[in-house]
Amino acid sequence: MARPGTLRRVSVRGAHVGVVAAFTLFSAFPFYWMLVTTFKRTGDLLKRGNNPYLYNDPPTLEHLRVLFVDTLYGRWLLNSAFVGTAVVGITLLLAIPAGYALARLAGRWGEQLGIGIFLTYLVPPTLLFIPLSRVIAHLGLQDSLWALVLVYPSFTIPFCTWLLMGFFKAIPPDLEEAAMIDGCSRLGAFVKVVIPISIAGVLTVVIFSFTLVMQEFVYAMTFISTVSQYTVSVGVPTFLVHGDVYFWGSLMAGCFIASVPIAILYNFFVDRFIAGFTVGAIK
Amino acid sequence: MIGPAVLYVVLVVGFPFVLALYYSLSDITVGSRSLSFVGLKNFTAVVGTSKFQTALKNTFVFAFVSQALVIVLANVLALALLKDFRGKWLVRLLILLPWVAPISLGTIGWLWMLDSIYSVINWTLEALGLITADNWPMWLGIPHLAMGSVIGVHVWRLLPLATVILLAGLSSIPKEIHDAAAVDGAGFWRHHFQITIPLIRPIILVALLFGVVFAFTDMIVIFVLTRGGPYDTTQVLASLAFFTGIQGGDLAEGAAIALFLFPLLLAAAIVFLRIARRSEVT
Repeated sequence: MARPGTLRRVSVRGAHVGVVAAFTLFSAFPFYWMLVTTFKRTGDLLKRGNNPYLYNDPPTLEHLRVLFVDTLYGRWLLNSAFVGTAVVGITLLLAIPAGYALARLAGRWGEQLGIGIFLTYLVPPTLLFIPLSRVIAHLGLQDSLWALVLVYPSFTIPFCTWLLMGFFKAIPPDLEEAAMIDGCSRLGAFVKVVIPISIAGVLTVVIFSFTLVMQEFVYAMTFISTVSQYTVSVGVPTFLVHGDVYFWGSLMAGCFIASVPIAILYNFFVDRFIAGFTVGAIK
Repeated sequence: MIGPAVLYVVLVVGFPFVLALYYSLSDITVGSRSLSFVGLKNFTAVVGTSKFQTALKNTFVFAFVSQALVIVLANVLALALLKDFRGKWLVRLLILLPWVAPISLGTIGWLWMLDSIYSVINWTLEALGLITADNWPMWLGIPHLAMGSVIGVHVWRLLPLATVILLAGLSSIPKEIHDAAAVDGAGFWRHHFQITIPLIRPIILVALLFGVVFAFTDMIVIFVLTRGGPYDTTQVLASLAFFTGIQGGDLAEGAAIALFLFPLLLAAAIVFLRIARRSEVT
């Protein structure tokens, strides 16, 4: 017979496994379900008596063919990638100097300004999309991906400046001063000394900005109405769901392909984002 | 060096915000070339409608109910993930998926799982003998079920963020504090509620802050799942502003509706500043 101590330990362990399993199921099931649906024949999907967990008919690649051949899905992916790349470029160009300046600004003033910039990250698209739609129309950028390239940095710059400020603060100013004594200019010292050390921070900002661009929905839906100019996050829910006809197979394939790979990439950098989110609340 | 970044943000966030204020006091529509000043007419017109009142109420219900659930669940999950076990990296990756994947696409996954005819959830419940074939719940077609579904999807999406934030807080507590509590004979519950929770209170607040702001201002879940239906019972301020301002073409009224989000954001900003300041002092 097991001693009470062992029994207790076994039940604590069982509860732990149970809790972890339940939460994992809750979080990941929709994505598992996308994957299962992707390879199912439509007849199998839309037959009520069928066990939805099984492949009652043999799996098919038809939905993927429809997605890439009959719809503009590939184009949407490229559009998202284009906007993402451009936004990452603009963000780096503006957030790196800003983050560095904030990190080196002495005293409370730098801190306050940093927090002020960070707070604009909390201003949601849903507050600004109406006036912005008008501004975009005035600039003649309706239906153009450039509208998104212009507007998206408004939410990537604040958070990335904040993240980079944290990185640059961790680098002792002595390093740059040493380089400057050796004859580098301040800019030279920054480029040759600070940037190489903080490459992890720069990479984090790249991934983070790119993910935010992939996720954005409200602006893209407001500014763009030509199907060929959609980004992936808008194209799939608006175009593939048309009226009452749902192409579930292609729809789920489109969702899965656009969400899971980037999620895996993001996962490597999560701890850094969280450090940014929690500000100074952790010491 | 900070100038360009500040200028960009002021131009693309500050300027439209002022414009939103200006529009909300005017009679602008999508087609109009001129606009005239109408004072607070939009606000008074909007506040009186039952559509607006429902949306206002829903916005609060969705944000606060989902965040209450998220905080409780994130506490449980973060505690469970604090222990080391095999395959933890995979579990963490899977749990993070809803937060990282584009929310408009993740929500479509739910749309399919909650489908009125082919819902896998209903099929499973029936197979378990919990419901019968002739009364499958219409998850998105009945007002209170639709609200429950929307809240559920919000919880699903925001739980990962809260969990990793809390996890960061939990792992920052020095081990000596736990050891001291164990030596003093504190049991699990006492230990958790009297030592751990007070220590990570600022972190919980941060998680709550982001969660409330994200849930409060979101319209994507509503747009994909219910479009505000059935009969506007799941409409929120953000989605109502979209349907009025962009699809309906009444920019002025849409801007007025969206501006009701601002007081909450202001409150959130103040809480945030207080946390930041306190951590600076200690």
